Amino acid sequence: MAIFLTGESRILIQGITGSEGSKHGRRMVAAGTQVVGGTNPRKAGQTVDLGGAQVPVFGTVAETMAATGADVSVVFVPPAGTKSAVMEAIDAQIPLVIVITEGIPVHDTAYFWAYACAHGNATRIVGPNCPGVASPGKSNAGIIPADITSEGRIGLVSKSGTLTYQMMYELRDIGFSTAVGIGGDPVIGTTHIDCLRAFQDDPETDAIVMIGEIGGDAEERAAAYIEQHVTKPVVAYVAGFTAPEGKTMGHAGAIVSGSSGTAQAKKEALEKVGVRVGRTPSGTAMLVREVMRSR
Amino acid sequence: MDLFEYQAKELFAEYGVPVPRGSLAVTPVDARVIADEFAATGTPRVVVKAQVKTGGRGKAGGVKVADGPDEAQARATGILGMDIKGHTVHSVLVEEASDIAQEYYLSYLLDRAARTFVSICSVQGGMEIEEVAHSNREAVAQIPIDPLEGVEAAKAAEIVAAGQLPEQARAGAAMVAERLWAVFTDEDATLVEVNPLILTADGRVVALDGKVTLDDNAAYRQDHDRFADPTAADPLEARAKAKHLNYVKLEGEVGIIGNGAGLVMSTLDVVALAGEAFGGIRPANFLDIGGGASAEVMANGLEIVLSDASVRSVLVNVFGGITSCDEVANGIVSALGMLAARGEQVTHPIVVRLDGNNAAEGRLILADAGLAPVEQVDTMDDAARRAAELAASGQQAASPATGA
Repeated sequence: MAIFLTGESRILIQGITGSEGSKHGRRMVAAGTQVVGGTNPRKAGQTVDLGGAQVPVFGTVAETMAATGADVSVVFVPPAGTKSAVMEAIDAQIPLVIVITEGIPVHDTAYFWAYACAHGNATRIVGPNCPGVASPGKSNAGIIPADITSEGRIGLVSKSGTLTYQMMYELRDIGFSTAVGIGGDPVIGTTHIDCLRAFQDDPETDAIVMIGEIGGDAEERAAAYIEQHVTKPVVAYVAGFTAPEGKTMGHAGAIVSGSSGTAQAKKEALEKVGVRVGRTPSGTAMLVREVMRSR
Repeated sequence: MDLFEYQAKELFAEYGVPVPRGSLAVTPVDARVIADEFAATGTPRVVVKAQVKTGGRGKAGGVKVADGPDEAQARATGILGMDIKGHTVHSVLVEEASDIAQEYYLSYLLDRAARTFVSICSVQGGMEIEEVAHSNREAVAQIPIDPLEGVEAAKAAEIVAAGQLPEQARAGAAMVAERLWAVFTDEDATLVEVNPLILTADGRVVALDGKVTLDDNAAYRQDHDRFADPTAADPLEARAKAKHLNYVKLEGEVGIIGNGAGLVMSTLDVVALAGEAFGGIRPANFLDIGGGASAEVMANGLEIVLSDASVRSVLVNVFGGITSCDEVANGIVSALGMLAARGEQVTHPIVVRLDGNNAAEGRLILADAGLAPVEQVDTMDDAARRAAELAASGQQAASPATGA
């Protein structure tokens, strides 16, 4: 079954004619994903060759959905156009929009999030500034390399792209039901908690790996949620123990200010509710192995 | 990007938010000249305020009242060059003194948990708002702002009423609240804070201080360069920025290069953890070379990291995802070639860990190249340990020659 993304998911790409959109579109197709269309108002009516697959280009998300039955959009448009692209997807009421674009001003993200809320949250937003969602063996929507892992029964939710890949690779023999890169920006659409809830309800997921990093209090809130609602085993990793206060480490969200948001505080909050927290990515992978073995 | 108080106030003034008159001085004589001008307009009393991007400057003695030009010069002499929480004072703001009747607090910021903006307003200003919130929760109002609606007159009135500002200050404070919202949105700020917002004896509402943080992601549509502070950046960070590298200088001995912010942050942690066994060896920097990891980017990265005098070993930690490891390995080989061609002697050991797509091919390429400073380790944990060990025995590092 996996979460959010299944073999039946029909993907459209906003920004399909751009270099990123077409490059990763080809990768998605190569991974067996159904990429059914894309948008570019100036190139409507044309087709894009995604590694042999001729994918039609439409003017709008609504037109693409009507013509192709697309139910997931992956957004690759540059930061200046992302806000309106996401609002267009919300207007079209597509069930899932995955925003890969990085470097979006937080005022734009806050605006399209508020816009989604005002429209009844009919559209799930993943990201922005995220690697996307991958359900190995089924569908791959975003930039997660498809060939580093295999299909299995671990669910993964992560703020960080490369740490996601690292974890998927280390546990490639066990495999994953779905990996969700939620992004590390200060405002994101889908949270750790949303993914924990979905994995808890997914019959094809046996254990959950959660990767967090410094900044905000999402991990602390996730810990509180786990205590109340998650019965499946959860293993966590938190990056940023050595990050100095007040310095941004690449992700807009990865910044520690004051006493809250530190890696130590997150680790303690998670351990307090029985989540095992690895000290290194490899150590975390070993904890996951133990959990999967004991099932 | 954080702004200095004087920059924040310049912005406020552009948006019609009342601020005291004042000018920036970088020397005591400058301060005297400014105070002279105020004295000539019948305002002999001024305040000399250290311009540093940190809190607590008042307690540290960085804010002083001066009566007349002589005293202003003397105060500036005392404050310029001061160290406040690790920040050297390079300039002072010389302002007309205000006749304060009351002090309030007003800010706009992002509420990450609620994924929206919030205004914080309080009748108790002047001190740290966290302390006020701690001692008197009721006195600090938090008003969520819907980004779709913004702050119009009615919302501004709601904010100052929620903050329990007295009747005589409300009209003025609401006007300030409305205009500060314009600063917050139009300038792409993530924080706009006024503490204190004052009511003067003659009934005016004035922003006596200002703290503004701008969103770096918005730099493409804002003129943030006008606020650039050449005195702040670490020289290595400035050089890295010029080469579009995401580099942060830290205090340690192991230079770090990796791909992806999360993985690099994690690498810092793993090195610090491994370094405990070697007398507290620490990572020397954060450097994310991104997904591509081309030879040129790798060469630039190595050059920056190696020019940090405290670096004694380097750890290159790359996970091949979209970029496969053979490309990364070729990048490292070319990078060392490029450095040699530039005349850079690579004398420190470079521990390389390649994992992910085509890791075996990548490792073979590096092994075949036979580069003297390069040592390969298969796992991240072992690579971190080896890099820490090599940094600890830094003397050995001086012997290997460059890979040319």
